[in-house]
Amino acid sequence: MSSSVVNQDTRKAGRILYVASVALLCAWVLVPIYLLLVNTLSSPEAVSSFPKSLLPEFNTESLEFFAGFSGMLNALANSVYVAAITMVLSILIGAPAGYALSRFDFRGKELFRMLILLTRAFPLPLLALPLAVMFIRVGLDDSILGLALVHTTLAIPFAVLITFSLFSGIPVELEEASWTLGCTRLSGFRHVVFPLILPGITASAIFAFVISWNEVFAAAVLTIENRTLTAFLLQNLDTSPLHLKFAGGFILVVPALIFIFAVRKYLFAMWGIANR
Amino acid sequence: MNTNRLPYLLILPVTLFLLLFFVYPFIQVASQAFTTEQGFTLANFERVFSDWKFPISLKNTLLLAAAVVPVQLALALLMATMVSRMQKGRDLVLYIWTIPLGISDLAAGIIWLAIFEQSGFLNSMMHSLGFIDRPTSLLSYKNMGLVFLAIALAEIWRATAIMLVILVAGIGLIPKEYYEAAEVFGASPWKRFLRITLPLLRPSLQTALVLRVILAFEIFAVVAALGGTLFPVLMGETYAYQFDLLDSGAAAAIALVILAISIAFTLVILRALRVPKGAQI
Repeated sequence: MSSSVVNQDTRKAGRILYVASVALLCAWVLVPIYLLLVNTLSSPEAVSSFPKSLLPEFNTESLEFFAGFSGMLNALANSVYVAAITMVLSILIGAPAGYALSRFDFRGKELFRMLILLTRAFPLPLLALPLAVMFIRVGLDDSILGLALVHTTLAIPFAVLITFSLFSGIPVELEEASWTLGCTRLSGFRHVVFPLILPGITASAIFAFVISWNEVFAAAVLTIENRTLTAFLLQNLDTSPLHLKFAGGFILVVPALIFIFAVRKYLFAMWGIANR
Repeated sequence: MNTNRLPYLLILPVTLFLLLFFVYPFIQVASQAFTTEQGFTLANFERVFSDWKFPISLKNTLLLAAAVVPVQLALALLMATMVSRMQKGRDLVLYIWTIPLGISDLAAGIIWLAIFEQSGFLNSMMHSLGFIDRPTSLLSYKNMGLVFLAIALAEIWRATAIMLVILVAGIGLIPKEYYEAAEVFGASPWKRFLRITLPLLRPSLQTALVLRVILAFEIFAVVAALGGTLFPVLMGETYAYQFDLLDSGAAAAIALVILAISIAFTLVILRALRVPKGAQI
C-alpha cells in the first residue's frame, strides 16, 4: 500500500513538473515579445531611462515618432507591396506544379522534385548578389517588382511542396466522379477541387507573404531608394535612436502574430508531408 | 488537350522561373567569383582570405551554429514530445510555441536588444535585485562572451519553432500502435522515446537539421542588431563587400564559401541520418 502512495506521489510530481515546463517554455516565447511591447508603448524618454518599468505607460509617442520618421511609412508600404506580389506570384506559379506532382506520373518527375528540393539546400538570399547586376541591365534595379521576384524564388519551393501535399490530401476519386458527371478537367477542378483546396491555398499564400515580409538580406542588397521596412531598419541600425528600433521591430512582429494565428491549423499539415 | 502534355505544361512556369532566378544567378555568382576583366583569376578569393576579418567571421559563424543548432534540436525534440501527450490546451500551446516562426531575424535581434541594451530589461532587473548600482554596457567589446550569448539566445528563441513544426508533424505520422505495444511490454517513456520516436523520426530530423543548419550559416540580421561590427559573420562580410567596399567580386567569392559550407554540411547530415530503403513508414 505504501508503495502505491509513493507511486502516486511521483506521478503527481511528474505531472507538476510537466505543466511547469510547458508554462516555462510558453513564457520563454512570450516574455521577450511582451518586453518589446512595453518599450513600444513607452515614451522615447522612458525607453532610454533607467531602471526600466515592466509595465507599459501606454504612451504612443514612440509609435508617432516611428510614423513621422522620414521614409518609414514609405518603407512600410513597400514591404506590403513586395510581400503581396510575392504571395500572388508564388501561388500562381507554384500551385500548378503542386497539382502536377500530386496527380500525374510523368517522365522527369523525380528530376523536377530534386530541383525543388535542391533549392532548399542553398542559401537563397545570396541570389540577390548576381541578380542585382542582372536587374540593372534590364532596368529592374531598386524596384518593388525586382525584389518581389527574388522573394518569389524564396517562397516558390515551399509553395510547390505545400500545394503538393494539399492536393494529395484530396482524393482523386472526387475529381474522377465529376468527370463521369460531365465535367471537363478544368470545370471539374473549378467546381470540386478548388473549393476544397481554397483554405489551404490561402494558408500557403499567407506563408509566402510572411517569408517576403521578414526577409532582410536580399531586400537590403536590392533596394536603395525603395527600401522595405526590414531593409530600412537595418540600414539605420547604427544611427537610429532606441525607441525607433523598438517601434520598428514591433511593427515587424505584429503581422507575424496574426498570420501564424491564421494559418495555425495548416502549419503542421503543410510541413508534415511537404518536407518528406 | 492531350493529357500526356498537361503535367509538363503545369510545371513549366516553375521550371522557367527557377532556371531564370535560381540556376542562372548561381552560374553568375560562380563566374563572378572566378573572373575579372582579364579573365580567370583567384584574386577575389585571395583578397577575401587575406582579409583579417575572414578567419574571425568564419570562426564566429561556425561557433554560433555549433552552439545554437544542438540546443535547438534538443529543445524542439523536448517540446514536440511534450505536445504529443498533451490533452488539454494543445492548440494554444502549439500556437504560442510556433509564434517565432513568423518573426524575422531582424525583429528577433531587436527584441533581444530590448533585454540586453544598456538601459534594457536585464540591467534593470539586476538593478532592482541589488546586483548593480548603475547600468553597464553589456553588448560591448569588453563583454564578447555576453555578445555571443545574446546572439545565440536570440537565434535559439527565434528559430527553434521551425524545427518544432517539422518534428511535431513527423511524430504525428508515427503509428500509435507502436507505442501501445511498447507499453504492453513495459517500456518506460524514455525507452519508448529512444527506441520508437527517435528512429522513426529520422526523415523529419534530417529535414529539420538541413533547413536549420543552412539557415544558421546565413545568420545576418540578428547579429547586425545585437553585435553590429563587434561580431563579424560571413553573411555580414558579404554584405559589407557588396555595399561598403563595392567589391562584388569578393562578395561573390564569400558567397561561394558560404555555399560550399552549406552543401558540405547538407551532405554530412543526409548521410548521417540516411533512411534505409524499405524502412520508411
